[in-house]
Amino acid sequence: MNYLLGAFKPACNVLITFNDGKNRKQVPFKKENGQTVTVPLFQSQENIVGKVTIEPMQGKKIDHNGVKVELLGQIEMYFDRGNFYDFTSLVRELDVPGEIYERKTYPFEFSTVEMPYETYNGVNVRLRYVLKVTINRGYAGSIIEYQDFVVRNYSPPPTINNSIKMEVGIEDCLHIEFEYNKSKYHLKDVIIGKIYFLLVRIKIKNMDLEIRRRESTGSGTNTHVETETLAKFELMDGAPVRGESIPIRLFLSPYELTPTHRNINNKFSVKYFLNLVLVDEEDRRYFKQQEITMYRLQESS
Amino acid sequence: MLDGTEDEEKFLAAGIAGLQQNSFYMHRALDSNNLRDALKYSAQMLSELRTSKLSPHKYYELYMRAFDQLRKLEMFFEEETRRGCSIIDLYELVQHAGNILPRLYLLCTVGSVYIKSKEAPAKDVLKDLVEMCRGIQHPVRGLFLRSYLSQVSRDKLPDIGSEYEGDADTVSDAVEFVLQNFTEMNKLWVRMQHQGPAREKEKREKERSELRDLVGKNLHVLSQIEGVDLDMYKDIVLPRVLEQVVNCKDELAQFYLMDCIIQVFPDEYHLQTLDVLLGACPQLQPSVDIKTVLSQLMERLSHYAASSAEVLPEFLQVEAFAKLSNAIGRVIEAQPDMPTLGVVTLYSSLLTFTLHVHPDRLDYADQVLGACVRKLSGKGKIEDSKATKQVVALLSAPLEKYNDIMTALKLSNYPRVLEYLDVPTIRVMATVIIQSIMKNGTRISTSDKVEALFELIKGLIKDSDGTSNDKLDEDDFKEEQNSVARLIQMFYNDDPEEMLKIIETVRKHILAGGPKRLPFTVPPLVFCSLKLVRQLQGQEENPFGDDASTTPKKIFQLLNQIIETLSGIPVPELALQLYLQCAEAANDCELEPVAYEFFTQAYILYEEEISDSRAQITCIHLIIGTLQRMHVFGVENRDTLTHKATGYSAKLLKKPDQCRAVYACSHLFWVEDHDNMKDGERVLLCLKRALRIANAAQQMANAARGSTGSVMLFIEILNKYLYFFEKGNPQITVASIQSLIELIMNEMQSDSTTSDPAAEAFLASTMRYVQFQKQKGGAVGEKYEPIKYEPIKA
Repeated sequence: MNYLLGAFKPACNVLITFNDGKNRKQVPFKKENGQTVTVPLFQSQENIVGKVTIEPMQGKKIDHNGVKVELLGQIEMYFDRGNFYDFTSLVRELDVPGEIYERKTYPFEFSTVEMPYETYNGVNVRLRYVLKVTINRGYAGSIIEYQDFVVRNYSPPPTINNSIKMEVGIEDCLHIEFEYNKSKYHLKDVIIGKIYFLLVRIKIKNMDLEIRRRESTGSGTNTHVETETLAKFELMDGAPVRGESIPIRLFLSPYELTPTHRNINNKFSVKYFLNLVLVDEEDRRYFKQQEITMYRLQESS
Repeated sequence: MLDGTEDEEKFLAAGIAGLQQNSFYMHRALDSNNLRDALKYSAQMLSELRTSKLSPHKYYELYMRAFDQLRKLEMFFEEETRRGCSIIDLYELVQHAGNILPRLYLLCTVGSVYIKSKEAPAKDVLKDLVEMCRGIQHPVRGLFLRSYLSQVSRDKLPDIGSEYEGDADTVSDAVEFVLQNFTEMNKLWVRMQHQGPAREKEKREKERSELRDLVGKNLHVLSQIEGVDLDMYKDIVLPRVLEQVVNCKDELAQFYLMDCIIQVFPDEYHLQTLDVLLGACPQLQPSVDIKTVLSQLMERLSHYAASSAEVLPEFLQVEAFAKLSNAIGRVIEAQPDMPTLGVVTLYSSLLTFTLHVHPDRLDYADQVLGACVRKLSGKGKIEDSKATKQVVALLSAPLEKYNDIMTALKLSNYPRVLEYLDVPTIRVMATVIIQSIMKNGTRISTSDKVEALFELIKGLIKDSDGTSNDKLDEDDFKEEQNSVARLIQMFYNDDPEEMLKIIETVRKHILAGGPKRLPFTVPPLVFCSLKLVRQLQGQEENPFGDDASTTPKKIFQLLNQIIETLSGIPVPELALQLYLQCAEAANDCELEPVAYEFFTQAYILYEEEISDSRAQITCIHLIIGTLQRMHVFGVENRDTLTHKATGYSAKLLKKPDQCRAVYACSHLFWVEDHDNMKDGERVLLCLKRALRIANAAQQMANAARGSTGSVMLFIEILNKYLYFFEKGNPQITVASIQSLIELIMNEMQSDSTTSDPAAEAFLASTMRYVQFQKQKGGAVGEKYEPIKYEPIKA
């Protein structure tokens, strides 16, 4: 295998580094092949400054028609595999056509890059940011190297954040009133609330609060909707009677949540719901789903 | 349900196995300080407690195992915080568990460490814990979880003097916490009965009963909080607890919790909050066994009152009696279906309480009895045996307390309560009363009291209407009547007039007793009267002048009437004895006609009623004995009576009896201290007659059986001879004695006589006496000297 690999070995090593790579926060990132690597974290409007180092293999030279680095923001639909949609594309030419004999380093800089969307890795869709270095070689095929990085955008706490309060029920069977303290939660937030039982005529076995994520991709007839239950949190065990009030306290930090994404580039949306589920002794489920908005709050460190 | 229990064992075993396995992993994580794994495995371990398949009993077993593991986990958490892990983070971390039950167990465990760390006020943590526990609405799991919370928080309450008491934390927070936990637990406990199919209700109630201590423990914790002083108890604790008790509307819970309240909190608190506590009682479910609850309360208060005299003023201050009394009234009204047993038990307890707390307030005791009568009225006789027992207890209480029937007699309602008892019980009660009098030697000294007392014990005095005594055991009856007889002896008053009244009262009552009782009751009455006679006799005649109603004469008249009543029943021997007793008393009073009359009556009885020969013998000896001592009679009367007596003697059936009676009659003619009554000739006549009869007896025996029988009679007569000889009867000569001795010797040596060791011994001792008198010397010795006697050579 080794020598086979050696045969197809690229003619050079291409290394992309960030200038502030040492200090910049690194976050885990899952690649297509399932491996998790740590990559630098950026946010919109930041300068992305770094170097591209090209080091030809010992004793080889690289003929090229130019070297460029691109910053790409891509949306990839899995059902439309291979079809990337670039919503952001910036290019910096690094070198004019020529030959590289030895290790050569090109600095690059993208200033105040507009990166409105966050990196997202969903069921049917992926949004990623990547630096793409291309060494253009006419006949031998270009040498291309990618460097992923993650973008997260922070929002300030919303000025209006009403609680969600609702009375629901099945006539003569079950009436409850529930309340979640907010409608917008940041990713490390705590959902506080309570469920108040106004009428109970069914034998309830337990009650759970689920966090569901609904990812819809495509548009029109081509819309794919995927719903995942990210959290199933038991709130109550046993059958309550009229007048009982059951507390809710759900810490969001253990779950892998993302901010709510609405109609990202007309390609996809990610929404979050709290689903209150009551299960009776015959395992019938009674539920009520409420949308909540997730946002990323600047972590004070 | 065999399968059910087997299955249950299986489930329990599976649960334990799962628990042990996860606790093993947990320990491994603990040893390697792996917090995340420790949490994971402890949550899995605790998941075993989520089962619904175990009965509370089995569940408890599982819980205890988990409990032990949690202790270790708690220690680990403590170490973890010492190593620098923030307790606040830990507190959050355990809440990530998806299942609520393990989550809450862990939360309580960390909460306990949190309070210890003092990084947050204890009250906030406690409040959070008790609130979060609401998530468990399953009764059994909820009860155990909250019990766990109660357990881990017990030593961490912000009580007065506790290290967790802070500026912000006061004892009221501690109380609030416990109260809330209590309330929730009680709700769960009460709810348990509605879970599951109706047919298993009984089983469920039993299971509930097993769990009750989990709930009650909270009250215990409350009572242990230092800071719960009287004010706080009165203003917060009790009203809140009672509110819960009343509102839960559950029989089992109400009874248990009321009992708990009474048992765990101090007596003085109860005393000061009687209003509130008692106010709750009528609001309880009608089926609650409230009588036991109240009885317990009163019992406790009684003990409290008895414990120290200093606390008694408190009782007065809060008018404990009035309050209890009212409360009982209200409870009985609120529960119209309460059985008689309940009613009586309540009053019985109240009475005990009153007697302990207000021994001086007899009117209270009477009020209690009165109230009891009112409640019993219209219900007829009590038939329930338990209720009867309670009534007896109720009525015995004052007797025991005062040791004095006089006090009980003052209770006007006492006899009215008695009326509700059935006949046998009334009798038992009467016996109890009499026993009390006997034990304490109480003298009953006025006719009013006697009247009242007889009213109480009338079950013994006469047959009650329409019921017969057939069922009654003869021995028991005798026992009862004997006790009545003893009771009659306890009546005494120094004042003769009052005493006479007493006697008349007694007479009135006992005469109603019917033939079966009179033989028992008349004698003591007669002796009582005679006692009075003797008393009067000692005094000057008629110290009160002529008007005085109490004279011996009058009493004798009364006695005559009393004894006469015995004639209706065939007990002539008894009547005869009593007549003789009276005659003797009359003799001492120097009332010849009266004495004569009594004798006449006795003779009439002898002639007309006494036909049994054995009885005749006894009676004739009694008559002779009595008559011998009479000194009041004039010659004529005496002659008549002695003549009659001698006549009766000679007419006895058997010769030996005749003989003995006749020689006894000889004493009638020789009264030692009265010279005018020494008639030696007639003495001799009697003795000779006796000899003749003895002779005849022997001949008859000879004829009938071929042997002459015993010489006993002769020896007896010889003794009489010697007696009169010694007393100086001139008619009794040495010669006559000598010849009698010879006669006896001959008889004894004759072949036809069967030897009789008793007779021989008797003779020998008689002769020894003669010998002894001889040796005495002096006048007596000289007198005996001539008597010769040759002992028999066998």
